[in-house]
Amino acid sequence: MKEKMRLMTTEKRRTIPFTVKLIAGILVLLGMFVIAMVFGAAHITVHDVWLALTSSSKSEEISIIRDIRLPREMAAIFVGAALAVSGAIMQGLTKNPLADPGLLGLTAGAYAALAVTKAFFPSVGYFGITIACFIGASAGTLMVFGIGAMKRGGFSPLRIVLAGSAVSTFLYAAADGLGLFYKVSKNISMWTAGGMVGTTWGQLKLIVPFIVIGIVIAILFARQLTILSLNEEVAVGLGQKTAQIKTILFIANILLAGAAVALVGNMVFIGLMIPHIVRAFVGTDYRFILPMAAISGASFMLLADTLGRTIHAPYETPVAAIVAIMGLPFFLLIVRKGGKAFS
Amino acid sequence: MVRLYTENLKIGYGERLIVKNLNAEIPDKKITTIIGPNGCGKSTLLKAMTRIISQQAGTVVLDGRDISKEHTKLLAKKMAILPQSPESASGLTVAELVSYGRFPHQQGFGRLSKKDMDVIDWALDVTGTFDYKFLPVDSLSGGQRQRVWIAMALAQETEIIFLDEPTTYLDMAHQLEVLELLQKLNLEQGRTIIMVLHDLNQAARFADYIIAMKDGQVIKAGDCEAVMTHDVLKKVFHIDAQIGRDPRTNKPMCITYNLLRGDKRNEKAATPIYPAVSVNY
Repeated sequence: MKEKMRLMTTEKRRTIPFTVKLIAGILVLLGMFVIAMVFGAAHITVHDVWLALTSSSKSEEISIIRDIRLPREMAAIFVGAALAVSGAIMQGLTKNPLADPGLLGLTAGAYAALAVTKAFFPSVGYFGITIACFIGASAGTLMVFGIGAMKRGGFSPLRIVLAGSAVSTFLYAAADGLGLFYKVSKNISMWTAGGMVGTTWGQLKLIVPFIVIGIVIAILFARQLTILSLNEEVAVGLGQKTAQIKTILFIANILLAGAAVALVGNMVFIGLMIPHIVRAFVGTDYRFILPMAAISGASFMLLADTLGRTIHAPYETPVAAIVAIMGLPFFLLIVRKGGKAFS
Repeated sequence: MVRLYTENLKIGYGERLIVKNLNAEIPDKKITTIIGPNGCGKSTLLKAMTRIISQQAGTVVLDGRDISKEHTKLLAKKMAILPQSPESASGLTVAELVSYGRFPHQQGFGRLSKKDMDVIDWALDVTGTFDYKFLPVDSLSGGQRQRVWIAMALAQETEIIFLDEPTTYLDMAHQLEVLELLQKLNLEQGRTIIMVLHDLNQAARFADYIIAMKDGQVIKAGDCEAVMTHDVLKKVFHIDAQIGRDPRTNKPMCITYNLLRGDKRNEKAATPIYPAVSVNY
């Protein structure tokens, strides 16, 4: 009897290995990429895309691809990945199924910084805006933790979440106030509504490294995040330096959320939705969730951007609106299932 | 020889001291239980001894070294902790959860070695959870789940295991099951077990050494004969207990008790420990 049971353990569980799921995810992403490249206001064929990517030949279509569509879709890929990974990290750190990158004042801080920059330093270039967004994201988070630490008795998750929503509301209000007062609110909302429109290679070169670093850090610490998401006392007992790990993951989060806001403005729902969808496929281990979230977030953003370009072509439908429209039913679903999608 | 002891331990939040000047020794390779009324600081003491919270003053010494200065991963190879009713394992299977017990022994991305696999299987086996290996932890009953968490602590392969109220939320049979498992681990493998228990009779039955606490201090520590007395229980729980003998184990047990009325419930002594905290929201 014992022997028989021993034999059972050497057998692997009959489930689809993660590698297969990952490859499937990558194939979907590639497929989505081709679709995103081909569909749009300008008529472009798969052949044009191939030529644009692999040859140095020139035509009107090819230059549209190289200079407009390719950087734009690259931005979609990286922003989608950044937001999804950032959301997954936040959900793991706070054990809150409704957590998203904006929960702890990150995106609100970056958004407020964007408003401040537009209002007071209108001549600042892209680099300045990016840096401002990182500073804003960090400042927003610090405010949340500062408020959380003000009362004795340490950080309770509930207090942090409440502080996060209060600080976020304040920062959004401040940003909108600044926008109205200095008459730059059109600029700011165009930044968000515009999404990936007009992304240049120069912007990508500046921002993509931050996103890549953020995702790499997150994946390197994915195992630690899983342990932390179980129970903090268990994590300490297993020999994890929890304070250090949390700090590292927050820094990764600031990089990801700050970069995403700098590139496309304030984009909600992706960070909330994608990790939940991914969990349904790969389970609750963040070593699997994070890479899969990056790929899925990228695919989703490509889809949203392609829809935005084609629904009402040749006019653009704001990506933020598309994401929100697709996100709302999903949000209601989570509420209805009582966060069960989380487990 | 005593490997683990505390020296003038002071733990608290701000002005409010939960544990004050506490000296306790944990006998090696024995079962120690900490008992005491709600809020007496027993869980706090357990958390300080396992570095989950840090103390204001004093030291916890393990193998002659202050644990606050030890490398946390090194400590994780010496002591395992099962916190009070850990929350759900969010979809992990039993095997996955137990495999995290191997964390302190692993490097890098955490691929399980043959040895890790063997230890995990052994931990599942000894806790009687082998059959659930591939089931989600959340689908198990309370007793099964508790044994799975114990299996995770066992997979850590530590000589010392701390448990904070391991029998909470379990029915009578499952309580006994968990305690007998811990006793077996102690007798057969010489593991040192330290746990907080609420049930005095269970403490008397299973513990080699009992630490009775009140208001953040040790009132009495010793074997069950020394602690399970009318006087000690009066001091610690403010009850009038009648102590008899368990007809099966011959250990002392509290047969019945009344609350002590009339005389003051130590209010004066309690005041400096819990000063009226002004509520400011």
